[in-house]
Amino acid sequence: MELDALQKHMLETISDLHEIPEGAYNIRDNGQSAGRNVTANINIVSKEDKPGIDIIVKENTKNESVHIPVILSKEGLKDLVYNDFYIGENADVLIVAGCGIHCGGDSDMQHDGIHTFHIGKGAKVKYVEKHYGEGEGKGGRILNPVTKIFVEDGGLFEMESVQIKGVDSTIRDTEAVLNAGAKLIIKEKIMTHEQQRAETNFVVELNGEDSSADLVSRSVAKGHSYQIFNSKILGNNKCYGHSECDGILMDEGRVVAVPSLDAANIDASLIHEAAIGKIAGEQIDKLRTLGLTQEEAEQQIVNGFLK
Amino acid sequence: MLELQNICFTADGKDILKNVSLTLGDGFTAVTGPNGGGKSTLAKVVAGLITPTSGKIILDGEDITNLDITERAKKGISFAFQSPVKFKGLTVHDLINLAHGSALSMTEACAYLSEVGLCAKEYINRELNASLSGGELKRIEIAMIIARGTKVSLFDEPEAGIDLWSFQNLIRVFENMRAKIHGTIMIISHQERILNIADSIVLLADGAIQKIGTKEEILPELLNYSGSCSAITEKFS
Ligand SMILES: Nc1ncnc2c1ncn2[C@@H]1O[C@H](COP(=O)(O)OP(=O)(O)OP(=O)(O)O)[C@@H](O)[C@H]1O
Ligand SMILES: [Mg+2]
Repeated sequence: MELDALQKHMLETISDLHEIPEGAYNIRDNGQSAGRNVTANINIVSKEDKPGIDIIVKENTKNESVHIPVILSKEGLKDLVYNDFYIGENADVLIVAGCGIHCGGDSDMQHDGIHTFHIGKGAKVKYVEKHYGEGEGKGGRILNPVTKIFVEDGGLFEMESVQIKGVDSTIRDTEAVLNAGAKLIIKEKIMTHEQQRAETNFVVELNGEDSSADLVSRSVAKGHSYQIFNSKILGNNKCYGHSECDGILMDEGRVVAVPSLDAANIDASLIHEAAIGKIAGEQIDKLRTLGLTQEEAEQQIVNGFLK
Repeated sequence: MLELQNICFTADGKDILKNVSLTLGDGFTAVTGPNGGGKSTLAKVVAGLITPTSGKIILDGEDITNLDITERAKKGISFAFQSPVKFKGLTVHDLINLAHGSALSMTEACAYLSEVGLCAKEYINRELNASLSGGELKRIEIAMIIARGTKVSLFDEPEAGIDLWSFQNLIRVFENMRAKIHGTIMIISHQERILNIADSIVLLADGAIQKIGTKEEILPELLNYSGSCSAITEKFS
């Protein structure tokens, strides 16, 4: 397939891709599959009953990657897609998803990606997801990803989710269920501007013995934007759960953190940390003593925080 | 040359600096005195973190009293804080770059860490966050000042939290700075071994300069200002 300039630019922003990726991929452009590649170990099949694909990774597959970028540029498009991942036992793969919306018109554009991950025993997955909106149109750029994660014994799911720019409204629901010895690591970075609104909902069930979860959210709320961070960790066995929400407020931004820990087992150990506030004055002062202006100091602190 | 002229600072109705006048030429000036005597406040006044209630600050003949922190930094004033600031996300390398004023290669940045006795490779990519120990943060704070290389450097208790073995190296760091820059170095310290290398020692207590002199002249005075509460002293005398 040939990529046009807009497609190239969007792909680059959401998945650091300059060209068609190596390995397995499926590119979804304006609700249509615009290109696909499978490998000996990774198969991608279109769903028959609803929009979306099944991605099947064979057991013991190592050092392979799957890219599934989504681009929306057609005015007023509302796209809903179901992607199901089946990761075989002891596989070790990188999955890069991402959605870019280019809004040129006045009507809202929306992408709701429902992703389900079945992580086999001992398998490791690194999942990177980037969300980005742009375009001069007045229409809203709306992204509502749902991520459901099931990790079998000894599996690892590591998720990095980044939404830095241009998304007007987002509700991200992430649910995970972990079996014995399974591990979940989630790092989320969000920056909101103007009137944007971002809602994050995590529900993690630590069902297996020695399962663990580490959820870290770093966010910056600028302008009049609003963010809410709901996290719920249930410890149903001997397990370890940690969630952390760090928010920087700028202008009239607002951040709400609603943590919930439910330890239903005597050996469950659950921790939540949250810190929200404006940039500490001493941080700005320190950088100013190095010769930076107030604005340069703020910019460095925010960039570092979201890096 | 840095001159402080009749600096007064009052906060919450308390006179914290009382008419402090001091000239700092090239070389080491150590500032010592009891806890709460006003030493850190004086350094903050010089770096622009605190605006004095009255008085003037003159740098090489120029009145810098009304310059802000950034402007003073650009004029060549560096300040290592008593309590180093932590940053979530910024790495040691980032801060060395910012201090130096341009991006440094890994090798160049590492050289500054090695100077303060940190095994550079292990530290350079770490975040400057609470996972670093107090002594490590203190050394990185000093490395930033070396990376800046300005004509005026203020160190607020640089030895605090630094182990004995490294103490000699710390002294060497200051001596190297003196040899390289020939600038003004002010070190706030309670440590006799730092006072030993000073060209002059300022005794600051109760917000006022009590005496300026050599170690032999100052040390006996220091005992009079040991910071003990007079009520307690009376009780036991
Ligand atoms: N903004 C402020 N408001 C009120 N009091 C202050 C303020 N800043 C400093 N002080 C007080 O001024 C005095 C001098 O403080 P400073 O930190 O300069 O002392 P120091 O000599 O550096 O002491 P140390 O040896 O303990 O570091 C202290 O009594 C302190 O509590
Ligand atoms: Mg002090």
